[in-house]
Amino acid sequence: MSDTVKDTAGSLVEVDGLTVDFGGLRAVDGLGFRLERGAALALVGESGSGKSTVASALLGLHRGTGAEVGGTIEVAGLDVGRASEDALRRLRGGTAAMVFQDPLSSLDPYYAVGDQIAEVYRVHTRASRRAARARAVEVLDRVGIPDAVRRSRSRPHEFSGGMRQRALIAMALACEPELLIADEPTTALDVTVQAQILDLLHTLREETGMGLLLVTHDVGVAAESVDEVLVMRHGRQVEHGSVTEVLGAPREPYTRELLGAVPRVDAPRAGRAEPGAETGAGSDAGSGAGCDAGSASGSDGPGEPVLEAVGLHRVFGRGKKAFAAVDGVSITVRRGETLGVVGESGSGKTTLGRMLVGLLEPTAGEVRHDGHARVGVDPSVQMVFQDPVSSLNPRRSVGESIADPLRARGERDETRIRARVRELLERVGLEAAHHDRYPHEFSGGQRQRVGIARALAADPRVIVCDEPVSALDVTTQAQVVALLAELQRELGLALVFIAHDLAVVRQVSDRVAVMRRGRIVEQGPADQVYDHPQDPYTGQLLAAVPALDPAVAARRRSARREPATI
Amino acid sequence: MNGFGGFAVRRAAGAVVTLLALSVIIYVVFYVTPGDVAQITCGPRCSPAQVQQVSAQLHLDDPLYARYWHFLQGIVAGQDYSTGTSVQHCSAPCLGLSYQSDQQVLTLILAKLPVTASLALGSMVLWLIIGVGTGVLSVWRRGRLTERLLTTVTLAGMSTPVFVIGLVLMIVVCGQLELLPFPQYVPFTDDPEQWAWNLLLPWLSLALVESATYARITRAAMLETLTEDHVRTFRAYGVGERAVIGRHALRGALAPLIAVNANNIGVLFGGAVLTETLFGLPGVGREMVEAVKVVDLPVVVGMVLVTGFFVVLANAVADVLYALADRRVVLT
Repeated sequence: MSDTVKDTAGSLVEVDGLTVDFGGLRAVDGLGFRLERGAALALVGESGSGKSTVASALLGLHRGTGAEVGGTIEVAGLDVGRASEDALRRLRGGTAAMVFQDPLSSLDPYYAVGDQIAEVYRVHTRASRRAARARAVEVLDRVGIPDAVRRSRSRPHEFSGGMRQRALIAMALACEPELLIADEPTTALDVTVQAQILDLLHTLREETGMGLLLVTHDVGVAAESVDEVLVMRHGRQVEHGSVTEVLGAPREPYTRELLGAVPRVDAPRAGRAEPGAETGAGSDAGSGAGCDAGSASGSDGPGEPVLEAVGLHRVFGRGKKAFAAVDGVSITVRRGETLGVVGESGSGKTTLGRMLVGLLEPTAGEVRHDGHARVGVDPSVQMVFQDPVSSLNPRRSVGESIADPLRARGERDETRIRARVRELLERVGLEAAHHDRYPHEFSGGQRQRVGIARALAADPRVIVCDEPVSALDVTTQAQVVALLAELQRELGLALVFIAHDLAVVRQVSDRVAVMRRGRIVEQGPADQVYDHPQDPYTGQLLAAVPALDPAVAARRRSARREPATI
Repeated sequence: MNGFGGFAVRRAAGAVVTLLALSVIIYVVFYVTPGDVAQITCGPRCSPAQVQQVSAQLHLDDPLYARYWHFLQGIVAGQDYSTGTSVQHCSAPCLGLSYQSDQQVLTLILAKLPVTASLALGSMVLWLIIGVGTGVLSVWRRGRLTERLLTTVTLAGMSTPVFVIGLVLMIVVCGQLELLPFPQYVPFTDDPEQWAWNLLLPWLSLALVESATYARITRAAMLETLTEDHVRTFRAYGVGERAVIGRHALRGALAPLIAVNANNIGVLFGGAVLTETLFGLPGVGREMVEAVKVVDLPVVVGMVLVTGFFVVLANAVADVLYALADRRVVLT
């Protein structure tokens, strides 16, 4: 034991044969890696791969939770498994600090941000209250919070998502740790903000010489930020090497699969089925939906408009607080095509989607179905929601949820309803036997399939998908996207695909509309918008997308930094 | 400040509507309740003529709406009452005269209110200390014997009626151990020390029963907060368990505590009948029971309105405290 301590004196992190068991379930299985001082390593994997469990283990956070940790972990020479409670507390936040994923829930909503940072600082330094507050302001200023003295007195809900993430990084910096562990630090953020946060981490690392352990499911984020990548799956290491090797020339099939599933913002949409294939799938369409027999034949070439928005406005609040979430949006969705709507959070894309479906009445303007103005919901336009967990009632079986639109339409014959639901379940790639199961028994991707089946139940002609894949892993994402494309082809559906992820939108859309502050700044054929953006904002968004090639990423970072220094 | 002004105005308007609705309900309920009010008021030995006279004097023969209108006039403009020989003036917020004693209802209630207020506020302090303390302790010692013990004790506390606890306390403390004299109400203005000593047992018995609820709320809310992400953050930054529980988890329990406490205290101002009766405290609760027994409508209505007023007031105060405790809440 003691000779290994000597041996790793130079390394910041030394993990050897790490196993973590949660009551019989092995989350991490024989993992080993080493991180030198000042170096950066990314743990990349899909949800359930055990990557976050490793991050927690580095701080000894599993102690007292019932999880069994085996193997050895040393952080800055401290044997985490054997360290005393006091030594562990000094490690946490002092030597190694963790930046968590969701910056809203990771800060205490009741206290001012500055006070929370000061509290952490005082735990490690015994500084006076005043000195701790001053330090909090200093680090907030350091991470780029404008007017840090005043903003340090704000509570987390008064910060934007990006500022909250900065505040969490500031908390991590407070005690000048040697190691920064960032667990999905940008997952909840918009792409431009993500780029800012990644740049910030990069700069801080250059200046302070901290080591960085980045945990992420996003290969692009890893490519932007680290020197080494460790790909994980089912708690085991799949591939470990320098970022250029692993991402540029992956050896393992799983790494290749993972990289293949990542949607590329710079590649045109994969080939779509010919219009002829749609009529060819007629027999299949008959099994899917009786009402669509005629629609497929009419979808050669650009179809006629099925759903139009004309001058849509939506204002929330009154008087001085009035805020136009959607401010004059006109779009057309044609039969059988996919219209992508991209924009950052707060751009009004969800509000637009809700108005298209009729869940929200526009303040001005109108929604037209087949050229006729339409008020309220209509079975022919359905919606698939972002969060498949909260958009399904946990107390009802998925079969009942899928049957809702049928019952809403007046269907009362239980055997017919059951038959149709089973048919829909199979249609979306689930099993008819899943009818009586409950949402918690399904994985995220399966739940989203249930959501799609529910949308299909009413034989819609248009489905509005609001961030349908943003909660899913890349491989699952690719499967759900493929399912949507297949359904579209076979049923002649028109899709409105709302998302913040530019790459996914490019992958699925015929035409794209870019939204910002309630307006559409640019719309047109997908390839044209992505390859020759007309609006500077579109260009800005595209430039912020993480590149999979580390060399390109570095080039872009310096390009982004140029204007920032002025 | 504008926001707060608007909040106050809206709350006041809401309170007026609530109280009016309450008074209408009481009037209707008493109107349809069987029993000859004039006979009861006059007494068992009155002749039919005397009963008739009383009935006329109390306007009992008037239709319901006329009597209610009369009542509203009294509140807004005051009222003169002739009691046969003299005329008594009851000024502006006049809730009428008691059928029984010819005393003004408001005076009657205001005379009893200090007793009830002393009881309610004093026991509130105790139940918050005992209840929240127990809750925090059981969270601190969670998973151990102490927690299970406390959970059992609080469950027992919740299911024990106040008069059982009160009686046992009285017998043991005053009867057996003779540590305190049997309680007898002494007004605060007369002798603060005696006031406190005499109220100690009533406070304690009420507080013991109520604190069980608060211990449970505190424990549940804190345990829930402990599972939240921000607690994980502070643990991952080496913040000790004491600060995590005392600063972060307890803060999360504040909102439900405020809400429940407001309701509790508001209702208590309308009288703690059992406790008052057991300890012989001349409070609002006992007066209310007496008034209902003899169908003394003006007194009952007055009591209900006063209780309603305090419930509304306590809830408004709670909302303000709530917004102070959690800055994400906007007063509307």
